[in-house]
Amino acid sequence: MKPFSNAWRNDAVAKVSGKAKYTDDYTLPGMLHAVPLHASVASARLISIDYSAALKVPGVIAVYTAKDIPGNIKFGQIIKDYPTLVNRRIRTTGDVLALVVAETREIALSALPLIKVEFEEIPALFDPEEAMKPDAPLINPEHGSNVCNYHCVRTGDIESGEQEADVIIEQEFNTSRIEHAYLEPESALCYQRPDGVMEVLGSMQHPFSTRRFVASTLGFKLSDVEVKTVPMGGGFGGKDDTAALVCARAALCAYLTGKPVKITYSREMSLRESYKRHPYKLQYRMGLKADGHIVSVKVRMVADSGAYCSVTPWVTWRSTVQCCGCYTVPNVHCDVYGVYTNNVFTGAFRGFGSPQVNFAIEQLIEMAAEKLGLDESEFRRLNMVKQGSTTITGQVLDTHTVSLKQAMDTVLSEIDYENKKRNCSFGDPTKDEWYGIGYAISYRGMSLGAEGTDFNSAIINIQPDGSVLLETGIHENGQGSESAMILIAAEELGIPVGLIRYRFPSTSNIPDGGTTVASRGTLLGGGATVNAAKIVKERIVEGVQAALKLSGCRYEQGSVLDSTGKVVADYFSAIRMCYNNQIYPYAFGVFQAPRVSWDEHTGHGNAYFTWVYGCQAVELKVNAKTGQITLLNIVAAHDLGKAINPAMLAGQFYGGMAMGAGYGLHEQVSLDKGTPTCSNYHNYRVLRSTDLPEMTAIFIENHDPNSPSGAKGIGEPTLEITAPAIANALYRATGKRFYDQPLAPQLQEYLRRKQP
Amino acid sequence: MITNVNGKEYLLTEADLDKKLSTWLREDLGLTGTKIGCDIGICGSCTVLVDNKAVRSCKLFLKDVADKHILTIEGLTPKDGTLHPVQQAFVEAGAIQCGFCTPGMVLTSYAFLLENPNPTREQARAAIKGNICRCTGYQQFIDAIMQASISMQHREKKD
Repeated sequence: MKPFSNAWRNDAVAKVSGKAKYTDDYTLPGMLHAVPLHASVASARLISIDYSAALKVPGVIAVYTAKDIPGNIKFGQIIKDYPTLVNRRIRTTGDVLALVVAETREIALSALPLIKVEFEEIPALFDPEEAMKPDAPLINPEHGSNVCNYHCVRTGDIESGEQEADVIIEQEFNTSRIEHAYLEPESALCYQRPDGVMEVLGSMQHPFSTRRFVASTLGFKLSDVEVKTVPMGGGFGGKDDTAALVCARAALCAYLTGKPVKITYSREMSLRESYKRHPYKLQYRMGLKADGHIVSVKVRMVADSGAYCSVTPWVTWRSTVQCCGCYTVPNVHCDVYGVYTNNVFTGAFRGFGSPQVNFAIEQLIEMAAEKLGLDESEFRRLNMVKQGSTTITGQVLDTHTVSLKQAMDTVLSEIDYENKKRNCSFGDPTKDEWYGIGYAISYRGMSLGAEGTDFNSAIINIQPDGSVLLETGIHENGQGSESAMILIAAEELGIPVGLIRYRFPSTSNIPDGGTTVASRGTLLGGGATVNAAKIVKERIVEGVQAALKLSGCRYEQGSVLDSTGKVVADYFSAIRMCYNNQIYPYAFGVFQAPRVSWDEHTGHGNAYFTWVYGCQAVELKVNAKTGQITLLNIVAAHDLGKAINPAMLAGQFYGGMAMGAGYGLHEQVSLDKGTPTCSNYHNYRVLRSTDLPEMTAIFIENHDPNSPSGAKGIGEPTLEITAPAIANALYRATGKRFYDQPLAPQLQEYLRRKQP
Repeated sequence: MITNVNGKEYLLTEADLDKKLSTWLREDLGLTGTKIGCDIGICGSCTVLVDNKAVRSCKLFLKDVADKHILTIEGLTPKDGTLHPVQQAFVEAGAIQCGFCTPGMVLTSYAFLLENPNPTREQARAAIKGNICRCTGYQQFIDAIMQASISMQHREKKD
């Protein structure tokens, strides 16, 4: 793709000039600072907290513990199991026991070591398989089991399917626990206004979830908490629970002290406490017919939820629906468990349960093809979902264009896969450097699916001078969602983007439209914007008709036309006519996603209202002695429905591929008794510019009839298949399959063992 | 001692000398365009220029910058409401997402282009190695640096 030279986004100038203010950039008069005291052990009964010495430090204002919480101590998005401050039981070393409030952050930090915590250790469980045993002690006794949640799919008959199979292959895969590593650590600034409303400024991607956390902690009504969001320095799914908890704690301190209170996490605090991507163990057994058809898949997945539930049931549900990858399989038996342990907890992370499955299935597919002596691409084409296919959960894919083959053929042709495949080294002992090429494909259910209610709203409020205030229930995570909404509104209204301002977002402005996750921003918020624009256009026509005593007019591209097609009012005159006739060009538009369905017992249903399709291919080389892996090329094609803001779309491609490559190759949050051993960027390796090759982004645009704007999501699809594409390339380079992430250390270990 | 920030001189007292440069810029001068991502000199978000060299302000103390010229992102931005060619190129290439690494990335790119006005893409890629970005995959930064190298040279010719 050629570089862009005319990209646009509404916040670009503020961000590039350093004017954009993130939460920690704000100060308020009389502002205090709070810092958390984290637990030193992963499992214990809390006996007492003595903070008398900390209170004596000059500048320390207060120390708060769970007993100071006026509302609920525990909260959570699905299961209310997360203590904002621990009152009785320590379940993980990310637990916060106390908050020190002081005049400066430095003073607050200096008082932390003076707090004496008395506790009695309880045996801890760090391995999900151990935690699942019937006699294992319960981590959250209120839940009644260490199995946080369970999902299944039962399709066809697994036993007869396996009997029918000519070949059965079995393989276990393990994926990494990884850190979002957003550049901006968690930050919150709260103060209680004179009208009693607790105002929250913070770095979070779900302001409405934050509002629920804050209201629950303080015992406030939702209308008495106003969350205002300022630019967020990265989220990737990671700024939900932990970000909300940091806001709830800052709000607690602000409520109790009567002063504005800021909490800004250090990178070390963020890494210790914030949730990670779920590591999975995936045990697959696949039955194959000699003619190349997949006849059965039996799979058991175990996801480590850590000490708390967070959104584990939703993450693992996506893995369940997509457990066979983008292939049709007549007989499926799938069991997925989210399991409590005393490890740092896990939750939403860009990809949300699909990167784990794709890492496994896209390798397994190639292993299956090889076992049958078939070409991996032909094998994929034979088994992949096509127009009108029925998915493993019984959903017929006939409501949109099924473009999986289009995406795959596009990428294979762009990268010249068939020719380059011949150059692969397969660990040739005569060579110092090995070459490999590989790819992976996927489908992905768009938005939340049967995880939750799926709607969004938009308000278009046209001012007397024709300028427009636009807002939606979608949050700017940095991806450019506000710009996408503005572009959609501008196109619908036929006016320049310069006339449209995205209103400063607040939870008190607009109904809760759910979280900006699941690649749903453009689809849902864009849909609501289109619908609001339709209504406001009707209002404008009404205003003009009232002013000119006409009927049968219509709005077209920024003008109002009479029934003969003659322009009777330009945009600005039309708006003036509206106001003069007391017909206000204001609209509230809603997009309600088409209904989905799910049966928990059989794992059947129309899981998602539409799907996206994609393919990525990777070329790499390996130093046969050192194991150094160099990425040479990555090509991606994804169907995104319709490109709204091409330069921002390209950014989603490149960023997703980079994060996916890091996930495959290097990233891993290792734990020591449940605590991350990484503490900052020096010992948590995210990819740098020189780790990446030039990448190619190809947009496939099959406008989606289920989406009012025609657009679908792209944030997550771009991340979810880079790792298996690398794994497949690595296999063709080295001749060895690696089933566990991260791949780079696996390769190093393999070469070390191989050397005499 | 005196230090110059964005063209303005500041008298440093004895008590200031042990302050971190990043903290002083953000808290004392209100120049919050300098971001703190790691606070240990690894991520590059706090990059500023000291005598035209890109450095990490979280690793320096005020005593290290006595009598030197510091340029922050606010200082690079022209006062007339326009953007510096490097900033303009970042906007036009679509190199901005969450924006948290952006000031450091822009300043690193600017310092690099001062040294190497006519780079290759490979050199541009290597130049931003010290700055972590979690959003963009870096590719549009390289696009921006290449565009800026052209526009900066045009500007020099015009001058």
